[in-house]
Amino acid sequence: MLDMSGFPLELSGENTPMVSFRKVRKSYGTLTVLDDLDLDINAGEMVSIIGPSGSGKTTVLRMLMTLEQINSGVIYVDGKPLTHMPKGGQLVPANERHLHSRRSDIGMCFQHFNLFPHMTALENCMEGPVQVLGLSKAEARDRSEELLELVGMIAKKDQHPSRLSGGQQQRVAIARALAMRPKVMLFDEVTSALDPEVIGEVTNVIRGLVSEHNLTMLMVTHQMGFARDISDRICFFYGGKIEEQGHPSELFGNPQRERTQQFLSAVREAV
Amino acid sequence: MFDWKWEFAWEILPRLVVATGNTLLAAGAGYAIALVLGLFLAIAQRSPSRALTFVVRELVEFIRSTPLLLQIFFVFYVGPQFGIRLSPWMSGMIAIGLHYACYLSEVYRGGIDSVPKGQWEAAIALNMTTLQKYCRVIIPQAIPSALSGMGNYLVGIFKDTPMLSVIGVAELIHTANAIGSEHYRFLEPYTMVGILFLAISLPAAGLIRLMEGRVRRKMGLK
Repeated sequence: MLDMSGFPLELSGENTPMVSFRKVRKSYGTLTVLDDLDLDINAGEMVSIIGPSGSGKTTVLRMLMTLEQINSGVIYVDGKPLTHMPKGGQLVPANERHLHSRRSDIGMCFQHFNLFPHMTALENCMEGPVQVLGLSKAEARDRSEELLELVGMIAKKDQHPSRLSGGQQQRVAIARALAMRPKVMLFDEVTSALDPEVIGEVTNVIRGLVSEHNLTMLMVTHQMGFARDISDRICFFYGGKIEEQGHPSELFGNPQRERTQQFLSAVREAV
Repeated sequence: MFDWKWEFAWEILPRLVVATGNTLLAAGAGYAIALVLGLFLAIAQRSPSRALTFVVRELVEFIRSTPLLLQIFFVFYVGPQFGIRLSPWMSGMIAIGLHYACYLSEVYRGGIDSVPKGQWEAAIALNMTTLQKYCRVIIPQAIPSALSGMGNYLVGIFKDTPMLSVIGVAELIHTANAIGSEHYRFLEPYTMVGILFLAISLPAAGLIRLMEGRVRRKMGLK
């Protein structure tokens, strides 16, 4: 039995972060992917995670979406534990019912879009609101059409994903995630599978979200310029830990750690 | 040498047509049982419970590795020793339905495995329950790739219905046997049974292929 005494049942107070990783550890066999990660993200904050591959960036998002279980530590969302649930005055690992009740705060967009191929763009967006949130079809349709309008995909609402380009699919996927009205949005390398000429149409949509919506966002990306433009904070991951973090101008302009400097200069050379 | 009697053939045709109805009914009912049960067997093998997965896996292997005829005998003749007394029809449907459910569960399993992992993850990201994941996301995508296998077993179950004759279900072979022993003529009844089977199997296989294409197009899959 792990000692859970260091983890409160709830986070409270004025500055409670929207997302809080507390000593989160994840390993596959002997390979440690995340090493006692502590990370707070405030409500409305846009945080980008950068770093070399294998540094645990994507794992952070996948654990927050409950696609992977954590080995130890606790993740809190909106002050309440996500990976654990209170039982007898202590935190115990969450069961599926608890995950189901907490997961609705989080939405995610994937590198490979993962739209449902047997549904049209509109049906993809309506699926969650109708099936999971229990909205009427009419309500879900209104909400979905509004969001497809927002991402500039309303003209293609009756197309199946196989008829859409990568950039278009990703925009529909963003609308689908937003239709669930999450508090936290996760973007997992959403432009990595796209052709260079359509990356802009997806980054513009995300840019719009940052300026117009009070969403908390966590993004893993290789688009350094984009991350620099829109993020409130950049976290540089190395070896399953945050090696360095700060405002984009500090981290990109004046990196303190040697590994950050190496990574950034390697990335710049590649461009 | 070639001693075909048209008159006799016409005379027995009505009985064979009625028997064809029974054969189709047996195949249809058995297939319906197999379709539903097979899906449960396939999904049970993906359950998080190791024990359930193991038991179902072994059951499927066991049934697939023993003859259908034995299973039919078992349900019909051994059942009563345990107080389970079933009509020939009931026993036959249970045996053939269960037998084909095991084969179909493998087809479904293949179909389910062919659905990319990202689809499961997208379903989790939308906070779907397990039931919603299967009904709304996974099964609709698994069916198109399972269709050809499902079609093969539909024809297969149709051709296996004669096994039910051994416990007295009045399907085609059973009726042809009866006609043969009443009139001491087997050429006409057996030939006609063969033609009847062919006349149903061939178009059915074609129809299934046609349906496969339509379903895939309708689902927006290529």
